[in-house]
Amino acid sequence: MARSNEPIFWSLFSAGGVVAAFFLPITIVITGILVPAGWLSAEQLRELVSHPLTRLYLFVLISLPMFHWAHRFRYAAVDLGFKKHANLLPVACYGTAALATVVAAWFLLPQSTAI
Amino acid sequence: MSNDTPTKSKEYIRPMPPNWWLTKRTYLLFMIRELTSVFVAAYAVYLLVLAMRRNDPEAFAALLSNPLLIALQVICLPMVVFHTITWLNLTPKVLVVWRGEDRVNPLLIAGAHYVAWAIISIVILSISCP
Repeated sequence: MARSNEPIFWSLFSAGGVVAAFFLPITIVITGILVPAGWLSAEQLRELVSHPLTRLYLFVLISLPMFHWAHRFRYAAVDLGFKKHANLLPVACYGTAALATVVAAWFLLPQSTAI
Repeated sequence: MSNDTPTKSKEYIRPMPPNWWLTKRTYLLFMIRELTSVFVAAYAVYLLVLAMRRNDPEAFAALLSNPLLIALQVICLPMVVFHTITWLNLTPKVLVVWRGEDRVNPLLIAGAHYVAWAIISIVILSISCP
């Protein structure tokens, strides 16, 4: 049987699906509705983001859902007719997710001075 | 009559019109579910940009008050909630729990996940908005 990377990517897809399902809606409510409505100031949110646990939360919330998207989108794109790109799609999709993970780790995990 | 030249067989590929997913309601709902992942990723990228600006108060606040980005998030929210609903509705298919001889009611398993979703949301809300 040919070796396959499918189990790894499927696990990341699944983990990302769970994280996105449970945590993304409320996070969108906070950044997209509550902050613009003034319930929470941008500065309060920024102070919250400086906490190590919040940064870990954001890192997980960026990385895993990106892999969730990568796995779903590579197949959905083929279903939508992009069959010619069937070889390029996984590289582009998982590559984008990996890049987002590295950038997120760079800016969130150490006590680094971001831009 | 001899036929020495082997006939070349050609794989039959059933033609699939690009709009196949519009032809049936279930196909459409399937494709919407798959495409919710685009909104999930778009919001993840937004969070990443926000994270990159965490040491610059002005840039951080500017991103949060950008009207276009607020509008995009308001569009994103129902799509991500659709993802959550479809995901949680599948949990009884993944988690088949047996209590003795009886299978635990699938509605109970999905229901427990909805309750967990509500509790998680309330906890995060109360942490962020004291």
